[in-house]
Amino acid sequence: MAGKKIRVLVAKPGLDGHDRGAKVICRSLRDAGFEVIYTGLRRTPEEIVSSAIQEDVDVIGLSILSGAHNVLVPKIMDLLKEKGAEDVNVIAGGIIPDKDIPGLEKMGISKIFLPGSSTEDIVEWIKENIKEASAV
Amino acid sequence: MKKNNPSQNPLKQAFSIWKKEKFDKVMRDTDCDQSGFTTVSGKKIKELYTPLDLDGLDYAQQLGFPGEYPYTRGIHPTMYRGRLWTMRQFSGFGAAEDTNKRYKYLLSHGQTGLSVAFHLPTLMGIDSDHPLAVGEVGKCGVAIDSLADMEILFDGIPLDKISTSMTINPPAAVLWAMYIAVAEKQGVSPKVISGTIQNDILKEYIAQKTFVFPPESSMKLIVDTFEYGAKEVPRWNTISISGYHIREAGSTAVQELAFTLRDGIEYVEWAQKRGLDVNEFVPRLSFFFNAHNDFFEEIAKFRAARKIWAEVMKERFKAKDPRSWWLRFHTQTSGVSLMAQQPQNNVIRVALQALAAVLGGTQSLHTNSLDETYALPSEDAVTIALRTQQVIAHESGVINSADPLGGSYFVETLTAQMEKEAKDYIKKIDDMGGMVKAIELGFPQKEIADSAYWYQKAVERKEKIIVGVNAFEMDHEPIPTLKIEDTVGKQQLARLKKIKKTRNNSEVKAKLLDLKRAAKDDQNLMPFLLGCVKAYATLGEIMDALKEIYGEYKEPITY
Repeated sequence: MAGKKIRVLVAKPGLDGHDRGAKVICRSLRDAGFEVIYTGLRRTPEEIVSSAIQEDVDVIGLSILSGAHNVLVPKIMDLLKEKGAEDVNVIAGGIIPDKDIPGLEKMGISKIFLPGSSTEDIVEWIKENIKEASAV
Repeated sequence: MKKNNPSQNPLKQAFSIWKKEKFDKVMRDTDCDQSGFTTVSGKKIKELYTPLDLDGLDYAQQLGFPGEYPYTRGIHPTMYRGRLWTMRQFSGFGAAEDTNKRYKYLLSHGQTGLSVAFHLPTLMGIDSDHPLAVGEVGKCGVAIDSLADMEILFDGIPLDKISTSMTINPPAAVLWAMYIAVAEKQGVSPKVISGTIQNDILKEYIAQKTFVFPPESSMKLIVDTFEYGAKEVPRWNTISISGYHIREAGSTAVQELAFTLRDGIEYVEWAQKRGLDVNEFVPRLSFFFNAHNDFFEEIAKFRAARKIWAEVMKERFKAKDPRSWWLRFHTQTSGVSLMAQQPQNNVIRVALQALAAVLGGTQSLHTNSLDETYALPSEDAVTIALRTQQVIAHESGVINSADPLGGSYFVETLTAQMEKEAKDYIKKIDDMGGMVKAIELGFPQKEIADSAYWYQKAVERKEKIIVGVNAFEMDHEPIPTLKIEDTVGKQQLARLKKIKKTRNNSEVKAKLLDLKRAAKDDQNLMPFLLGCVKAYATLGEIMDALKEIYGEYKEPITY
C-alpha cells in the first residue's frame, strides 16, 4: 500500500556550523525513503517551528553541537505547543551530556541519539514511532 | 617514481615467488577477507612494500636533507634537537576571567604557548546581547565583546614572551587589532608580539561554515592583514591555512591535503593581485592540519604537504626567499575520532595521533582531551592531554633523529602517492578557475559530503571498526564534565552594558564612520579597526558597520 511518505525536518538551531552529522542524517533518511527537508544553518526556534508547520512534517530532528540545547530545546517545544503542533515528534542529536537527557525528555523530546548512534537506528526508530503516517 | 630498472629484475622475481608461494598460500588457507586493508580514507594498502616500490626514487630531488629543498624531511636542519614543537592547548570558556585563570594554570604546568577558543557569538562577529547569542555565551569558548574583555583575558600574561594563536575567522582582523591594542597597553610593541590568527575564510565556506561576508570582501580583509602584518607586526602569522576543519567535516586525507594547499595558492594569488611581494608576506603564512587515526597515512600527508608547498612557491610563484618555501604547521588531533563510548579509550587515540604529528614534523601541537564528546575539557582531562605530548617528547625517544620514517618503503610510497593525488585535485581546481570559483560551484563541499557519507556507511557495515562503538561495546559510568554556569551570560551582558555606558560614545561613532568610509574607498582597514577597538567599539558594532558595506554571505542549502 503506497501511503504518505514520512516527512522529516532536519534542523540546525544555534550558532554552530558543524553540519557533517546533519547532512549524513539527511542523506540516510532520504535513502530510507523519507521526505527530508533540511533547514540549513543557524535557524532560530521560530524559523524551525514555522518550517515544520508549513512543511507539515511528522518529525523534527535537531542537531546541536554548541552546548546551547538547554536553552534552544525548551523554546522550540514551547513554540510547538503554542502553535498547536505538539503532535510533531522531536528528536535530537549532537553533543549532549548524559545528565541533561532526563531534563530534555521531560520537555517532550521523544528521543536523543548520542554520538556513535547508527543512521540505521535512527531510521528504525522513526519507522517504528511514526506509524500513523503510512495509514493516512 | 617507477622506472624500468633491469638491476631490480632478480628482486622482482624473488618478490613474485614470495607473493605466490608464501603469502598467497597462507592466505588461501585462512579465511581472511583481503578487501578490508584500507586506510581510514579508504585507500588500498599493499601487503608488503619493498625496494621495488621505491625504484627510481631520487633522494636529493624528492626528499633532500631536513632544512633543505624540497623539505620532505622537515623544514629545520636540527628539527626537534634544536627546539621541540610548541605545546599549545586550544582553550577558552566562560568569561574572560575564567579563561585567564586556565591560561595561567596551563603555563605553570609547562605549556609553551596560548591558543584562544572564542565562544560562538565572537566567532560569528556578534555581541553577547544579540538575540542569536541566547544560550551560547561562554559555552563553546570565551566571551569577548570588546577590548575590555581582551584586557582581562591577557591580564598578567607577558605578551612579549608568550605567543598566542587565535582561532577566529570572519572577525579575525578585529580580534587581532584588540590583541595589538592590549600589547600596547602592556608597553609591548607590535614589532615584538608573536602569534597567529586563523583568518582562513575559504575553509569556512568549504567546511566549518563560520562565514559572514561574501568571498570577495572576505578575501580583501585577509589581504589587508597580510599587507599590514608584513610591515607592522613582522613576527605574526597572519593566517593559518587550515585542513583541520575540512577533515573534521568528513574529507579523506588526500582531500584535506589538496584543498588546504589549493586554499594557500588562492590566498597567494589574491595578495599578488594587490601587488604584494611573495618574498615578503608568504613567510608569515602558516598551516594547520588534522592528525587522524590512520598512523602512516597521516605521516605521509604531512611529508607530502611540505614537498608540494615548497614546489608551488618556488616553481609556480617564483619565490626566492627560502622562508617562503617552508610549510610550517600546527596540528590538532582529530575531534571526530573521539568517542563518547568508553571515553578513557580516547587517551590512546590521541597519543597515537599526536605521535603521527610528531613523526610528521609538526611545529606545534594540540592534543584533544578524553571528555570532549561531552563538553569542553575539565582541568584533569586537559592535563592528561598535555602530559601525552610531554611523554612523547621526553620519554619515547622519537625526537632524537629527524624524520625517522624517511626511507621506509611504505612511508615513501604512500608519500609519493598522496603527493600525486593531491596534485591532481589542485589541477582540477585550477581548471575550474581557482578555489573561490570551485566553492561557488560547490565542488569541495560535495566531495567532502560524499566522503563523510561513505565513512559513516563503512562504520555501519563494520568495514571500519571503532572500538567500543561497533565492536567491543560495554556499559560505562558517566565521566565528570565541565559545566559552564548560566550566570556567565548574565555577567557578560552586565559588563557589555557598562562598557557601552562609560566609553566616549561620540568617539565610537566617529571611528565607526571612518571605518565605513575606508571600506567604501577600498583602503587597508587595519589602522581603522585599531581606531575602533581602542575606542571600545564592540565587535558586533564593528562587524555591523562592515556588513553595511560588504553585505552577508548566504549559503546554498544542499546535502
